[in-house]
Amino acid sequence: MLGLLRRDLRLALRRKAEWMGAVFFFVLVAALFPLAIGPEPATLRLIGPGVLWVAALLASMLSLGRLFDADHQDGSLEQLALSVAPLPWLVSAKLLAHWLISGLPLVLLSPLLGLQFGLGSEALGMLALTLLIGTPVLSLLGAIGAALTLGVRGGGVLQSLLLLPLYVPVLVFGTGAVDAQMRGLGAEAHVSILLALLLASAALSPWACAAALRLALE
Amino acid sequence: MKLFHYAAPQYFYPLAGRLWPWLALLATGLALAGLWVGFMVAPSDAQQGQAYRIIYIHVPVSWMAMVIYLAMAFWSVLGLVFHTRLSGLMTRALAPTGALLAFLSLWTGALWGKPMWGTYWVWDARLTSMLILLFLYLGYIALTSAIEDPRRSDRAGALVAVVGAVNVPIIYFSVKWWNTLHQGASVSLTQSPSMASIMLTGMLLMSLAVWLYAAAIALWRVRSLILERDSHAAWVQQLPEVLVHRAHRDWRGAA
Repeated sequence: MLGLLRRDLRLALRRKAEWMGAVFFFVLVAALFPLAIGPEPATLRLIGPGVLWVAALLASMLSLGRLFDADHQDGSLEQLALSVAPLPWLVSAKLLAHWLISGLPLVLLSPLLGLQFGLGSEALGMLALTLLIGTPVLSLLGAIGAALTLGVRGGGVLQSLLLLPLYVPVLVFGTGAVDAQMRGLGAEAHVSILLALLLASAALSPWACAAALRLALE
Repeated sequence: MKLFHYAAPQYFYPLAGRLWPWLALLATGLALAGLWVGFMVAPSDAQQGQAYRIIYIHVPVSWMAMVIYLAMAFWSVLGLVFHTRLSGLMTRALAPTGALLAFLSLWTGALWGKPMWGTYWVWDARLTSMLILLFLYLGYIALTSAIEDPRRSDRAGALVAVVGAVNVPIIYFSVKWWNTLHQGASVSLTQSPSMASIMLTGMLLMSLAVWLYAAAIALWRVRSLILERDSHAAWVQQLPEVLVHRAHRDWRGAA
């Protein structure tokens, strides 16, 4: 497991363009909104959390296509499925690597972008916290979609169609937490639900992924 | 137990063939009765006037849109656990009806929303979650039709149906969790109904009609799916309708 994690991380670091792509996408989408809507500070503060969350969601979906694709093409995915280690654990290792290279940078960058939208320090902290809890959920759910559409023609569009409905609760509670914090209502309830989503998806998604991968490999 | 006997498409095909005309007939009768009660007998509403009458369509189709997704999840679990061939076909047969009903629910809701709320659409929790349910149906249909291999297609679809079923309770409770524009439930099992009993009768008649319609159309569709999937099986070749079709084709070829 650790070996697989290390291998995936090393591969990603050698192909910098790939994971930098998702990060740049995140920054660019966030930068487009003020251009499109206008630089009114009050408006920007209002839409900031939602824009950053949607940008993170799209960036995460963008990077998911490559999660299993390269391994599927060069046959190493079959080797993984045949190995003695249980496939759900191996999938978890791959997912952790994926989140470390594509999710974590978004979390780290988010306060900076939030600052550009004029968010206060409390809202910035809450935004980073909800993204820290939420982006792993996006990766976990997204992996199911990526595994199901592996090797299917038109897979990319299909994947977004499958995933967007599943992403909605994460988006609702993630932005809801920031919103509640900005209104001074306290965000504990939202954060608890996000944590519950994280635990539930971490417990179930690797198994669903493994089942979907075995289908794709048959 | 006779139930698993019918899990084989070969035996289910004639059973579905016997059942669906009766279900369709009953659905038509109940729908006519429900519409008559709803549009002729029931009085107009004190607050909403005549426009409220769309509930006789809107509420039954919305309920059924959610129920069908749960039914798909149920069949999918059966298929994943017992590897029954029929389950995937039943899930697939239910999906288009579910998508249609979710769409009708949104459409009738929009028509109701205009006179009541002054707008066709708001980003209210229940409306949004119904839209998401429609996307779940479309995603299921798109995925199962994109995968050629029937076994993989069935099992991939089953996974989507089970994972997506998590969303259905969110839709159902959305009225309670978010206090937005959409009104709360008018009918509940634990409290006495808050609407006049004649209106309730009309609505329940229509709901029953939609249930039976969905069952009939799903059985009708599953028969086509079975024929398509098993078209090379010997039992399909022996079916009278297939023999008649073939004789007809040969006759035309000869002439």
